[in-house]
Amino acid sequence: MKARVTVTLKNGVLDPQGKAIEGALGSLGVPGVESVRQGKLFDVELATEDRAEAEATLKAMCEKLLANTVIESYRYDIAG
Amino acid sequence: MNAAVIVFPGSNRERDVAAALRAGTGSAPAMVWHADTELPAGTDLVVLPGGFSYGDYLRCGAIAARAPIMDAVRAHAARGGLVLGICNGFQILVESGLLPGILTRNKNLRFICKTQHLKIERVDTRFTSGYQPGQLIEVACAHGEGNYFADAETIERLEGDGRVAFRYADAAGVVGGLANANGSINDIAGIYSENLNVLGMMPHPENLIDGAVGGTDGLALFAGLAKAA
Repeated sequence: MKARVTVTLKNGVLDPQGKAIEGALGSLGVPGVESVRQGKLFDVELATEDRAEAEATLKAMCEKLLANTVIESYRYDIAG
Repeated sequence: MNAAVIVFPGSNRERDVAAALRAGTGSAPAMVWHADTELPAGTDLVVLPGGFSYGDYLRCGAIAARAPIMDAVRAHAARGGLVLGICNGFQILVESGLLPGILTRNKNLRFICKTQHLKIERVDTRFTSGYQPGQLIEVACAHGEGNYFADAETIERLEGDGRVAFRYADAAGVVGGLANANGSINDIAGIYSENLNVLGMMPHPENLIDGAVGGTDGLALFAGLAKAA
């Protein structure tokens, strides 16, 4: 079973990298960019075909390692 | 005093910390590999050294914080044992839950590599007993992710409980402003755990132990620990 985990900074957390990218887009002349926030994306393959089991595994891996919930939030999407 | 320095893949300051411990405490520390599951019997102090454990993959300190030895370090801290995390070691401490908050990318996005003055907030802990009240010390900064962040409630608790160990200051002792190069909340350079037995700090006291190499302001931290243990 395949899944995609997205980890993003919580609202209000300073994102200097996002700001730098925003600035670079501005200097490239890309119009209409109001803000950029940078995040992380993980494609995960799980051994199970059971959806509930997959969700439990994904939640555990996010809480334990993939996200630091002090500043980040996460979501996961199971393919299919 | 029995010290143990934990060595992770990508640690690079473990030998400097060992030299500082030898100079300050008179005895050499045990070097403990991250994949071990136990600390040497009778360990008083665990040091998590600086470096780039696991290449800073995922988040700085995130993978080292989940290494096998960290359960033993957590148990040591829970027993009241001393733990010192410097630079990447501080990042590992926040990732392992031994200290609150997190260290994020420096506000100006630059790697900071320079000497730095710190204001010592209190000298009644086992880490700072070798210093004088109000003393300003000069140590070294070398980090890209030292911007301390925690939610407002956590900061209030840290400040209220006297758990801020060091703040960034200029040579005249004025805290903050341009002296806070990484953007840390409240100019925080180091914090204690609730029971004051765990200290995490971004700057490197172990760099400043020899007058021939920049100064000796870091030595009193290690010498003080030897007396306290």
